[in-house]
Amino acid sequence: MPASLSRLLRGRGFAHGIHPPGSKADTAALPIRQFPFAPLMIVPLLQHAGKPALPVVRPGQEVLRGELLAEPDGPMSVAMHAPASGRIEGIELAPSLSGRMQPAIYLKPHPGSTQEPIEGPPCDVDTASPEEILRAIQWAGIVGLGGAAFPTHVKLKPPPDKPVDTLVINGVECEPYLSTDHRVMLEQPHDIFQGIRYLLKVIGARRAVIGIEADKPDAAAVLREQRPEGLEVSVELLPVKYPQGAEKMLIKALLERTVPAGGLPCDVGVLTVNVATCAEIGRLLPRGQGIQERVVTITGPGVRERGNYRIPIGTPLRFALEHVGVSEELSMVFLGGPMMGQALASLDIPITKGTSGFVAFTRAETGRPPVEYPCIHCGYCVQACPMNLNPCDLGRLARKERFEEMADGLKLFDCFECGCCSFVCPSHIPLVQSFRVAKNAVRKKRTAP
Amino acid sequence: MSAPVRTLDIASSPHIRAGVSVEHIMFNVVLALLPVVAFAVYAFGLAALLGIAVATATCVLSEHLLCRLAGKPSTVGDWSVTITGLLYGLTLPPGLALWMVALGGFLGVATAKFLFGGLGYNAFNPALVARAFLQAAFPTAMTTWTAAFGAERFSTLPASVLAVPFMHPAPDAMSGATPLAQMKFAGELTPGIDLFLGLTAGSSGETCALLILAGGLYLAARRMLDWRIPAAILGTVALLSLVCHQLDPARYAPPGFMLSAGGLMLGAVFMATDMVASPVSRLGVLLYGALIGTLVVVIRYWGGMPEGVMYAILLGNAVSPHLDRLIQPVAFGARGRTR
Repeated sequence: MPASLSRLLRGRGFAHGIHPPGSKADTAALPIRQFPFAPLMIVPLLQHAGKPALPVVRPGQEVLRGELLAEPDGPMSVAMHAPASGRIEGIELAPSLSGRMQPAIYLKPHPGSTQEPIEGPPCDVDTASPEEILRAIQWAGIVGLGGAAFPTHVKLKPPPDKPVDTLVINGVECEPYLSTDHRVMLEQPHDIFQGIRYLLKVIGARRAVIGIEADKPDAAAVLREQRPEGLEVSVELLPVKYPQGAEKMLIKALLERTVPAGGLPCDVGVLTVNVATCAEIGRLLPRGQGIQERVVTITGPGVRERGNYRIPIGTPLRFALEHVGVSEELSMVFLGGPMMGQALASLDIPITKGTSGFVAFTRAETGRPPVEYPCIHCGYCVQACPMNLNPCDLGRLARKERFEEMADGLKLFDCFECGCCSFVCPSHIPLVQSFRVAKNAVRKKRTAP
Repeated sequence: MSAPVRTLDIASSPHIRAGVSVEHIMFNVVLALLPVVAFAVYAFGLAALLGIAVATATCVLSEHLLCRLAGKPSTVGDWSVTITGLLYGLTLPPGLALWMVALGGFLGVATAKFLFGGLGYNAFNPALVARAFLQAAFPTAMTTWTAAFGAERFSTLPASVLAVPFMHPAPDAMSGATPLAQMKFAGELTPGIDLFLGLTAGSSGETCALLILAGGLYLAARRMLDWRIPAAILGTVALLSLVCHQLDPARYAPPGFMLSAGGLMLGAVFMATDMVASPVSRLGVLLYGALIGTLVVVIRYWGGMPEGVMYAILLGNAVSPHLDRLIQPVAFGARGRTR
C-alpha cells in the first residue's frame, strides 16, 4: 500500500487538528437496541439538503410500515417512507432544527400492528445498471447519514470529466460521544460490503478503502475478518485525531491526496460515503425497501439509559429523551457531537435521517461560561486549524465586523466550522461562532439585490 | 411520564473546550520563573530579594490601581503582570536603588501595557520597556554591578539600595564587572562553566543559564512556550559568533561565551517568547528569532555597549506584527491539486 507506506515514512495524516476526550466508553460496547414507536410520529418532507419530497398520501389514509409516503421532487430530492404502520393524521407545519416551521407528515402508529416492514421490487447488484442503482438509492430515500444529509444519489454522480478511482468509506466517527458508526461496523459488516458493491458499480471504481480511527480496533478487526473474496477493499486504521471524519482530512490521511480549496473529492478521483449510509444501501436495496429508521447514539451525562438505538425516523426527541430518562440537572441537548452539534431550543422536533446522535449535558458540563480574555497571540488556533486558516486574524477581524475582508483575504468560506479553534483558545474567544456570524453576514450581503 | 425539562441552554458549538486558559498559562510561566528567582536571591542575597519583590509589587499594584482608576475590573488575576514584575526584577542589577526599581516598574506597566490596552495589546514586552527606561534615565546605576556570592550578602545591603532619590550613594565596596563588560573593555574571557552555572556578576536573574533553560523546557513541554523562538535566537547567535570567532578569535568571543553570558538566555527563553509581542506563524517566529539573534551579536561585537539583548528584543517586538501580516498560512488545498 503506497499510502500506508508514505504514512509510515512521514508519520502523519492531515496537518493540525486536536485531541478532545473521546467520551465514547459509555456507549461503544453497547449493542444496537430497537426503540419503541412514539404515539405520534412527525416525518418532515425535507430531511435532506435540497427540495422537499412530494407527499403521495392523504390525511386519514392507512399506511403500512415501509410504504412510500412522499416521492422525490426532482433530482435534488429523495423519497420518504412510513416509519410505522398507522394512520396519516395530517400534513402540517412542524418545528425543525433550524427553528423554521417545515411541512411534515403526522403519522399515528397502530399499537396492535406487527410492524413488519413491507418489501418492494429488489435492486440486484449483479443485474442492475448503474443508473438503476442510482434511482433505487434515490427512491430508498438515502442521504448522508453522517449528519450532512446530502442526497447520496447526487453525490454519486460526479461530472464525467472527473473519473473516480477510489471509494472511501468513512468509518472515522471522530466526534466525541458518538458510537453509531462503530456499532454499525461491528454488527453489520455484510451490509457494509454489500453497500460497497453497489457503490463501486455506480461510480465505476475498482477499489474501496475503509478509514477507521485507532480507538475502534475491534471494528477494523471484524471488517478485515469478514472481508469477502474478490472485493478489493482495504481497512485502514488511522491515528485518532479530530476532525479526521471531515472528507478532505480523511482523503489526505488515507490517500495522501489534497482536495483543492473549494473543490470536491472527485477532483482528486475520490468519492467518500459514510459507513452507515453504505450499510443502509447494502441492507435496503436487495429488499426494495426505503429508510424507516436509523441508528442513533443517545448519551451524555444528562442521560440515564445511554446507548445506541435503532430509532424510527420521525420519533420526537421529547419522546426519545423521556424513554431513556434524563437527569434532573439537564441543561443542554445537542444534535450530533459536542464539537459541531447544534444545541436544541425545542424538544418538539423529530429525529431525521441526519441525526447521528444526541448528547445531553447537565449543569456540571455547561456551568458558567468561562471568562473571555483578549487574544494573547498564542497561536494555538493557527496550529489547530485543519484547513490551515488563520483563526487568530479571522477572530480579530470578526470582532471589528470586517466580514468582507475575512471572506476575501483570509478564506473565511474554506472554514467548515469544525470548532478546533474555539476548542483550544485559552482566552475562550468564540472564534468559530463568530465565523458563522460573519459567513451569514457575507452571504446576506452578496445575495441582496 | 412528565416533561422532564424546564429550560434548555442554547449555545453555538463547540460545546466542549480544552482545559487550558490564559491564567493557567501565565501561572505556569510564574512557576517556571521561581527557580530563577530563588537562584538570584541565593547568588545576590538581600539586594536581589528586595529588588525583585519591589519590582513585582510595583507592577502588580500599578496595574491594579490603573484598572480601578479607569473604572474597569482589575486584571491582576490573570497573572500576566506578575510575570512582567518578576522578569523586570530579574533583569535589574542587584543593588539598584529601590526607588528606581519602583519608578521603572510603574512606567513600564503604565506606558507599555496599560496605555496600549492591557493584556493582549502590548506591542512591546512591558518588562523590557521598564528596563529600557531605567537604562536611559540612570545609565550609571544600571551598569553598577554587585559581585555574586558576596560573603555578607544575606546580612548587609549595598548602600545604593536604600538611596534617597537623586542623591549619589557612597561608592560600593562589593561591586564587580559583568563578563560581557570584562570581555568588551578588558578582553578577558570568563570560563563557560561559570557562566552556565551562574557564578558571575550580572543582573539578578540572568546569570544562571542552567535554571533558565530548565524553566524554558518545562514550559515548552507543556506547549506554553514556543521553543522555536529561543532555538532561533540561540542558533543565530551561535552561528554568527562561530563565524566571527573563526575569523578573529582575539577580537570576537566564542559561541559558548556568547550564549551563556549576559541576558541572552533569560531574554531568549522568557522575554522574546512573550506570546503577545511575538509572531504567530512558524516561519514568522523563526525570522523573528533570527532577527533578534543577529541584533544581539551586532550590538555586542560592534556596538558601544557590552550588552544588547534588551534592545534586540524590543526591535523584534516592533517587527512582530508586520511579520504576522506578511506571513499568512496557505489554506488547505490552496496550492491546487497534488496527486
